Amino acid sequence: MKVEGPAVCLGADIDTDIIIAGRYLRTKDRSVWATHVFEDMDPALAPRLRGAVIVAGKNFGCGSSREQAAIALREAGVRCVIAPSFARIFFRNAINTGLPVMECECPCMEGKKVVADPASGRIEIGGRVFFARPLSPRMLGILSAGGLVEYWRKKR
Amino acid sequence: MTTLSERILGAPAGSYVDCRVDRCYVHDGTGVLTLEAYQAMQAERIARRDRTYVLFDHIVPANNSVTAGLQAELRRFARDRGLPFTDVGEGICHQVMGEGIVLPGEIVVGADSHTCTLGAFGAFATGVGATDMAAIWADGGTWFRVPETIAIFLSGSLKEPAEAKDLALTYVSRLSMDGATYKALEFVGDGVQSLSMESRMTLSNLAVETGAKAGLFYADGTTCAYLGDYGHSVSPQVPDESSYPQRLEIDISDIVPVVAVPPRVDTVRPVGDLAGLPLDQVFVGTCTNGRYGDLERFARIVRGKKVRVRTLVAPASRRVLARASATGVLSWLIEAGCTILPPGCGPCLGAHQGVLGEGEVCLSTANRNFRNRMGVGGEIYLASPATAAASALAGALAVPEVPR
Ligand code: SF4
Repeated sequence: MKVEGPAVCLGADIDTDIIIAGRYLRTKDRSVWATHVFEDMDPALAPRLRGAVIVAGKNFGCGSSREQAAIALREAGVRCVIAPSFARIFFRNAINTGLPVMECECPCMEGKKVVADPASGRIEIGGRVFFARPLSPRMLGILSAGGLVEYWRKKR
Repeated sequence: MTTLSERILGAPAGSYVDCRVDRCYVHDGTGVLTLEAYQAMQAERIARRDRTYVLFDHIVPANNSVTAGLQAELRRFARDRGLPFTDVGEGICHQVMGEGIVLPGEIVVGADSHTCTLGAFGAFATGVGATDMAAIWADGGTWFRVPETIAIFLSGSLKEPAEAKDLALTYVSRLSMDGATYKALEFVGDGVQSLSMESRMTLSNLAVETGAKAGLFYADGTTCAYLGDYGHSVSPQVPDESSYPQRLEIDISDIVPVVAVPPRVDTVRPVGDLAGLPLDQVFVGTCTNGRYGDLERFARIVRGKKVRVRTLVAPASRRVLARASATGVLSWLIEAGCTILPPGCGPCLGAHQGVLGEGEVCLSTANRNFRNRMGVGGEIYLASPATAAASALAGALAVPEVPR
């Protein structure tokens, strides 16, 4: 399940309110979240996320437990999020909604090509190689199915 | 060295592991969402029926027809599938699971953040969301990241009138509300010996208020004796010689009665600093402090006197209520003017029974004092049952006296 795309660099402690603001939560239309993702931080960011890999600072996804944050990133076309650490609930939500996340301390080079493989943990960015913690077989199964609900539908 | 979490999850901190879950549970709130997700997954069956518990405690008995309808559906599901089920009046999920069900070394997952309470038994116990829980229903297992551990070294023993709750609020304030995010807490050191199982449950219960995933004690003689009363014969867990990377030392002989000032559980001050603050309600109960010993300590202080503010008491379980009734504690409470609520969460989550009005101030023995939790515009101070008793008699925040 190798993913690749240009790097989009973000800072530390990106919270779920910044990812998708509370005022957009009350809908079941997922495209709404994709359009408004990161709106309060940088309204021009959303269109650049299609096909991109986010490389962020520590504690990504902190704050409210809203699952919509992970869904919004996935719907906006983010291929993978790489950060030195994630908030616990966001991390679970990301796996459960099919958004690859990798824990790794690596420098971000804006726009440079990132090739990441959640299965092996190998990350290549601007020609340099880093290793994230490999995910467990179950986590990989959930990711490749596209999320926890889909994983179960398929298993059946 | 291995921490207790590493030992139970079977891998070093930082790894991702796939584990079988020994016991999982939902309550009437999260159970409804879990059932919905489970149905969306179209799984064929519940993987480990005899270990998949459904316990009604949050809004019991139901407060309106919407709640009643949702509860009826979940109740029917639990009964049809033959799941272990406890209905209205049996008690708070974490308490009931702690009455001889959870055993040392188990992996326990609950669809509620205070599942960490069961770490008191030497189990790895943590909370998850409804979708995660639905997958556990379907599969019997889940994945975890093995947490790093912060050791809380306890020495000395509590000096009355300080209680486990004062110690709990003190460690939360030292670590702060996100000081242990994603980590586990382990309570170790000589001071642990003197703590009863009830006190340990209070300490584990507040672990999540520091962001921790779990709060564990090693099972020892106290644990074995407690579980022995429920007919289990278990062995103690012997701690490794550990050099924890992060540690917090607390001499519990120094602990004094404290109160958490709204709206943060880590803003903690000695009760004496705020004595005289007028109260509109006192609430004794919850998964933090609704156990028999809590009710008994409270009742001993108010016995033969009258409370001067409306005082609600919700026993954590039917077993607690029955024991309070057998020992006379219940009648001391009733005669002192307290209102007894059915076993369950009661007003803790602000859904029914004892909701606060705008501007009202409540002293509660619970674990959370977020803005509006018990009612829009209401304020919640958190303290021990002894502080709650002294304050109920005074009608204002008061320091409990040292019992003679
Ligand atoms: S008593 Fe309060 S904190 Fe405990 S489970 Fe019930 S609602 Fe949650």
